[in-house]
Amino acid sequence: MISLNEPGRKVIMSGNEAMARGALEAGVDFCTSYPGSPSVEIAESLFKLKTEKKVYGEWSTNEIVALEAAAAASFAGLRSICIMKQNGLAVASDFLLSLNHPGTRGGLVIIVGDDPGAHSSINEVDSRHFARQAELPLLEPSSVAEARDMVRWAFELSEELETCVIIRAVTRVCHARGNLVLESIPDKLVQDVRIEPWDRFLCIAPMHGMVHMRQEKARKAFEESLFNLYTGPEHAETVIVSSGPSALYAHEALYLLSLNENVGLLKLGTTWPLPRDLILEHLQHASKIILFEETDPFLEQNITSLLAQFGDKKYAFYGQASGYVSGDNGPGLGELNVDLVARSLAKAFDLPDPVKLPDTSQVNDLLKGSLPEREMALCAGCPHRSSFWAIKSALELDGRKGIVLGDIGCYTLGASKAGFWLLRSLMCMGSGVGLANGFGQLHRFGMKQPVLAVMGDSTFFHACLPALVNGVYNRANFLAIVLDNSITAMTGFQPHPGVGVSATGEMASSIKIEDITTAMGIRTEVSDPHLLNDTIKIISDLLQEAGPGVLILRKECALTAVKKERKLYIVNEKLCAGSSCGCNNFCSTVFACPAISIGADSKAVISDVICTGCGACALLCPKGAILEANKGGAVS
Amino acid sequence: MKLKKEPYNQIIAGVGGQGNILASALAGIAATVAGYNVVVGETYGASQRGGSVMSHVRLSLDKTYGPLVPSGQADLIVAFEPLEALRVSSKYAGPSTVVIVNLTPVYPVSVLLQEASYPDTESILTALKTLAKEIYTVDATSLARKAGDPRAQNIVMINAMSLYPDQPVERDFYNKALEEFLQGAGSEQKEINRRAFEIELDLIKI
Repeated sequence: MISLNEPGRKVIMSGNEAMARGALEAGVDFCTSYPGSPSVEIAESLFKLKTEKKVYGEWSTNEIVALEAAAAASFAGLRSICIMKQNGLAVASDFLLSLNHPGTRGGLVIIVGDDPGAHSSINEVDSRHFARQAELPLLEPSSVAEARDMVRWAFELSEELETCVIIRAVTRVCHARGNLVLESIPDKLVQDVRIEPWDRFLCIAPMHGMVHMRQEKARKAFEESLFNLYTGPEHAETVIVSSGPSALYAHEALYLLSLNENVGLLKLGTTWPLPRDLILEHLQHASKIILFEETDPFLEQNITSLLAQFGDKKYAFYGQASGYVSGDNGPGLGELNVDLVARSLAKAFDLPDPVKLPDTSQVNDLLKGSLPEREMALCAGCPHRSSFWAIKSALELDGRKGIVLGDIGCYTLGASKAGFWLLRSLMCMGSGVGLANGFGQLHRFGMKQPVLAVMGDSTFFHACLPALVNGVYNRANFLAIVLDNSITAMTGFQPHPGVGVSATGEMASSIKIEDITTAMGIRTEVSDPHLLNDTIKIISDLLQEAGPGVLILRKECALTAVKKERKLYIVNEKLCAGSSCGCNNFCSTVFACPAISIGADSKAVISDVICTGCGACALLCPKGAILEANKGGAVS
Repeated sequence: MKLKKEPYNQIIAGVGGQGNILASALAGIAATVAGYNVVVGETYGASQRGGSVMSHVRLSLDKTYGPLVPSGQADLIVAFEPLEALRVSSKYAGPSTVVIVNLTPVYPVSVLLQEASYPDTESILTALKTLAKEIYTVDATSLARKAGDPRAQNIVMINAMSLYPDQPVERDFYNKALEEFLQGAGSEQKEINRRAFEIELDLIKI
């Protein structure tokens, strides 16, 4: 779909696909990324192109390498794009804060997917601050169509300003679907790909002045940008300033409250550097300024200081910083929506509450309390459940109250009920094994608890290598457990350096984790986590050793495995003893596989919709009542 | 092209793994081919399986809306699971809302762990009736099993949605959207999904 060369055709795409389309319409040549939600499908769409013209694409090991690789292509004159999520920009920021000094040549666009409300993230970082810190131009799309338009323009802008352009797209743009009209995809734009003899790409302090100059040039370009739009009466007393999807919520709320004739709406698409003159033109005459933005009061604080400097009267600001605009959990927390925006506006105009929630009093009476929440769960057949069960069991046998540290991936659920509350720390990529370097030295101070860190296979390459080297060098006592499901599962099954396949589906060399750790001189063991007893024994054994140790728990992700072969397990009702067994409905109630529930007769029932056929429950059942469907399980 | 209300708000709700996202993508394509301006907002968390998943599909004659339906303003709720029908209706239903619900429950982990109980289907349906104007039930999971794979329940629900006479997209457009989707699929997958879309079903009003 994204590569259709049918200009004029109206289609529907996701925001992510639309941004990939924008890059294609701009003639992008080079795309690097590390997968992260909500922006992962942008690169994925570009990697899966079936067209004659190929975009070079790679899943880089992490975001800073991705940005460095993309910058190199730009230096040589190519149009290049680098895609990441909010936390990725933090990883790439060291390079970003130096890249702004030499600037770029071929258009270089960074798309950062921000996740207000943290739908698929551990936090809700507002990446816009990075643009301000790096003094780089920042665009914020509000809709799917605008996202495409902005990406296309960002390449031109980047070449005009000779610096990279950041596009901040939030989850409600990335994961929305919307209509757009296709533009044409150009033939190859760049003829000469080379570095000239006089080219130097240096970050040196004297270049700082150039950084300021490019920022000022960006501001001037933004004053004229059509992505900034004012609607409403001239010289309105009250003006809303908004960016991203909040601008659409504000528009809808104004009509909902019939305030559209009285209140101005300045929708900003270019949010750093701020288009100063445009803002002053529309706000100077207002007295009340209401700001709708996600999640930090970025516009609010920057416009406040702008008006303090250039405005000619006292203005009242109503936004997240003043506590007036608020997410569901308070100002500066979570997403906005039409309800929240309409409520704030009603408050400002002394109107009754416009939100029409259904009357649920009878529902509460009928169901006697609240509806059971759906907490996050590991999938049926997930090898992590078995890994966590094995670690938990080994630590209980060990008896020294060992601690388990973690980080980001599907196995983050080790910090929740689904993972038996096993993880004691959860921060950025690689932080589990990083922390283990400190905890692993505390035996000197009398700490007796064993230290374990879990990490995913993709995370191992992304952020764990320096920490492991540190552990060997400084002889830290910890056991690093790599939960190797042979894919980047959390973000939708992207390959990584251990898999043997490139981003675009070609054969690649596969780097074995055990080869690396063995070469570091670390004792390394490998086990299949679904073989629970073997795994518990190996963990117990490794916990007796000093210095860093590595255990690789290797089993393919249940969701990729099931696509190749789907086994089904069923319960032999004659063998399952139900509540009289004494196992406390182990397979369902304790092991917590979502495919297994307890039927009316207290016996286990396996759902043929959810079961992926891992067989772990069959090994755990004390009565041997769970069997593979076509191997004697099908009893009448 | 005609809309009962501008915009016309549909919500497709279910549990991660039930194929909601694919269903809402289909609904989005169908409405686009029918000529509407469409925006679809997806809400799904980090958990690919087992979490509540909800898609807002908003149809307009000519405007671009934000991807989220305001509270109490859903026109049609299509729920793949009874508890999710109730959860979504408790926030988005209004006096004119129609709900189509699949009757097969998917139990939350807290229920499997026996820390919470799953309300019986009768109470859920009775509660739904206090929230919305009309409730229709479909035994989509069983019908999908009959079509060849219980996981095709999402297509059975799209089938049900397209049969509801008051929704604004003609059934033929859903068929076109499905065919567009199945272009790259294997022949068995194609057959199962076509059967799930064609399988005869009654929307049972309760």
